[in-house]
Amino acid sequence: MPPELIFEKARPGRRAHAQAPAPEAAPPADLPAELIREQDARLPEVSELDVVRHYTRLSKLNFSIDTNSYPLGSCTMKYNPRGCHRLASLPGFLDVHPAAPDSAAQGLLECLYELQEMLARVTGMEAISLAPMAGAQGEFAGVAMFNAYHRAREDYERDEIIVPDAAHGTNPATAAMCGLKVREIATGKDGDIELEALDAALGPRTAGIMLTNPSTLGVFERRILDISKRVHAAGGLLYYDGANLNALLGRVRPGDMGFDAMHLNLHKTFSTPHGGGGPGAGAVGVAASLKPFLPVPLVEKMGGAYRWRSEAPQSIGRLAANGGNIGVLLRAWVYLRMLGREGLRRVSDHAVLNANYLAFRLAEAGFDLAYPSRRAGHEFVVSLKRLRDETGVSAADFAKAMLDEGFHAPTVYFPLLVPECLLIEPTETESPEALDALIDAMVRIRDQALSDPEAVISAPHRMPIRRPDEVLAARKPDLAYGPALES
Amino acid sequence: MPFIPHTESQVQDMLRRLGADSIDDLFGEIPALLQRAAPPEIPAGLGEAGIGRIAKARAGRNHPLLCFAGGGAYEHHIPAAVWDIASRGEFYSNYTPYQAEAAQGSLQLTYEYQTMIAGLTGMDVANASLYDGATAFAEACLMAVRCNRQSGSRRIAVARTVHPAWRAVAGTLLRGQGLKFVEVPLDAGGKADFGPLDRDSGDGFAAIAVAAPNYLGGFPDFGAWRARADKEQALLVVGVNPVALGMLRPPGEWGADIVCGEGQPLGIPMSGGGPYLGLLACKARYLRQMPGRLAGRTVDSAGNTAYALTLQAREQHIRRSRATSNICTNQGLMVTAATLHMALLGGEGLRRVAEACHARTVELVDALTAIGGVRRAWDAPFFHEAVLCLDRPVAPVLAALADQGILGGIDISAEYPELGNALLVCATEMRTARDIQAYASALTGIMRSGAGSGEVRHAA
Repeated sequence: MPPELIFEKARPGRRAHAQAPAPEAAPPADLPAELIREQDARLPEVSELDVVRHYTRLSKLNFSIDTNSYPLGSCTMKYNPRGCHRLASLPGFLDVHPAAPDSAAQGLLECLYELQEMLARVTGMEAISLAPMAGAQGEFAGVAMFNAYHRAREDYERDEIIVPDAAHGTNPATAAMCGLKVREIATGKDGDIELEALDAALGPRTAGIMLTNPSTLGVFERRILDISKRVHAAGGLLYYDGANLNALLGRVRPGDMGFDAMHLNLHKTFSTPHGGGGPGAGAVGVAASLKPFLPVPLVEKMGGAYRWRSEAPQSIGRLAANGGNIGVLLRAWVYLRMLGREGLRRVSDHAVLNANYLAFRLAEAGFDLAYPSRRAGHEFVVSLKRLRDETGVSAADFAKAMLDEGFHAPTVYFPLLVPECLLIEPTETESPEALDALIDAMVRIRDQALSDPEAVISAPHRMPIRRPDEVLAARKPDLAYGPALES
Repeated sequence: MPFIPHTESQVQDMLRRLGADSIDDLFGEIPALLQRAAPPEIPAGLGEAGIGRIAKARAGRNHPLLCFAGGGAYEHHIPAAVWDIASRGEFYSNYTPYQAEAAQGSLQLTYEYQTMIAGLTGMDVANASLYDGATAFAEACLMAVRCNRQSGSRRIAVARTVHPAWRAVAGTLLRGQGLKFVEVPLDAGGKADFGPLDRDSGDGFAAIAVAAPNYLGGFPDFGAWRARADKEQALLVVGVNPVALGMLRPPGEWGADIVCGEGQPLGIPMSGGGPYLGLLACKARYLRQMPGRLAGRTVDSAGNTAYALTLQAREQHIRRSRATSNICTNQGLMVTAATLHMALLGGEGLRRVAEACHARTVELVDALTAIGGVRRAWDAPFFHEAVLCLDRPVAPVLAALADQGILGGIDISAEYPELGNALLVCATEMRTARDIQAYASALTGIMRSGAGSGEVRHAA
């Protein structure tokens, strides 16, 4: 059974007495009575120790990088250095009000400016805006800039964006948000895009193409230079989804591949924490032709001083109430300075080494790789179709059994075009021993699937809960403690 | 190699297994002309001590200012337990809880968070958060249009008293989908002037949006706004400050359909402007149009209580181009902090914080308007921010105050030219009588000496 809810621990009149200010001598006399609450908000009445103990106990029900390996494809769950957290949490950074004059925030602005400059060098882009608060916002900024670019050239016909079928779901969702129609193109048998399909999709209505490289299949698009030539020849632009940059860091730059805009998932490649689902940061980079359209604000250096610049006449505008997820950006800055120029390539070297080692050993152990003829990037796809056909054990079942083994499940059923797939990304911070343990666990589960499939189909057995009833959760949504909803 | 565990002999063993001579071989499918050395402009790597020295020096170059600024970011007391617990690795370094069995802690916490936000706003349901107040406002507007298809309108009437950055972000994000915003201006008393709507001959409005307290610290006439929404057959979107809701009647009781807000005041440091927390709550009947993640309570296969993300069919990874939004992440770690914060304060504690903020701001406004050349823009109730009008440009006055270690507020003259030389001031429960006295005497000196009427030395 899960712990009680914090509301169930409450006792009327109990307080965390040290935390609230002393009561005012008199209630506010100048506010009309109709504006005032009749009863205090229904928050739990608990002591400080109640709170600390309750949430500490809840924390222990989570897997996390600090406690478990996370071979979660496309998510780059590498170690989040404690030093990054500690230094970004210095009071001198935390206490800066967003309206503080630039002169009182020079240290913060210097870090952000340095991050902009370093990310531009790392990606081969002309300029970077740190404003996007997540990868999806970076994508939005990129596609909105494509629209702005075409419009500025008085080219109003371009209302289509090309997206490969293997793309992240945010790509087509972003295109739709920007008012563009999505043209999906097929991936070939070898994992590369089919050029005939690309050519058929390209035309005067092409605003651009959104690509991840290596793709979500874990393989490098070998004809990328040819693709970028064809897209540019058709008047379109190329967007690089930076989700998989960990495979190329310090070795290959999106700018050199011909991309016009891209985002970086700083919470992946640059090791800022996932925090149970955010906050992320999706800094966006552009080639010179798109620089005037970057989202604001940007950090500028003038003379020896740094400043926020919010005015840019052709900018697509503002994406955040302030300058973006600055605390996250500071963590990325610390991480990048710790890696240094020599550390960048070591990240991709070891991420790719780990992925290839894992793929090779799993193939050796009898698992089916989706693209056995290809080198893995930093991640790779295993298909469990054969196992499911033989035993009835699905990729979802297999994933649940991995939880029992102490490993977070890989990404399942994505990319959508490989049946019963696991997308596995070990990252560079897992040791060879951890990889061997993962292989052993996967072999054990596979063997159990063959000998006693029910045991796997009913997994997990050793987690805090068994599988939740998601159908019930969706049919009768219980989203808040208290009286049931009528929806 | 700061965080790579491999020994050299392990690397050689792994390469041998792979039949590769070197790591470079693993990149053989990538055209050689694309492969290049790491950029020389990046400085050499540093250890934790080395980067620690630089970071501390830079943090030290940010001058601490006595804060009288609000405008969507507020200095409140944050209990030590909030970030001590939120920084536990199990919260800090876990992933989005798609694998529910491995994330019951975060899922139960999110369910508790949703309950607290629903209770605070007086709404039926709250989601697991959006990026910040501005994006929550944009998503609330977009959601309102989806919920009100029968109106046929893609226009939203927005009070000019809604945070200018919220309106700007909504413009950026929703332009591509053909949504249009029509501004409801201020009248001379700082209230909404519905005149332009009366004269409007467009195709009606899908939603009307207002904030309470608004960017200028004041309150809308809820009855008038609700009536206006009914007249237009529009949904009513209300922006809130969650601390204010500790003492104020929640918008759910005023007939709000969708509530959005900036959650930063709930235990989140100002941190230069982010990361913050976007609040979004609504009536139950609009649930299926709500964007973002939702944690639900259900049972597991053994019949025991369990928590899981639910209604994911609305989201981008399932619906792709037909999703309710391209939003992928929420602000999970900020949700954790806000939940701890609300639990530590409780309903009474949050009310005390709100009342203290209000009382300190009353004292601040009284002290500042006693100074020659400083008056209130209008005499209307406020929560913990108020607009003051100066007899001279605001920017140089703020610069002179900053020189004395005081962040005197926000110059809103450019955003609201109709208010003249307008300064938005704020006092939270953190400001003492002595702080307020310090501000008043510094401002007295500046106004008397004519200092601050010269060059702008600090651009805001």
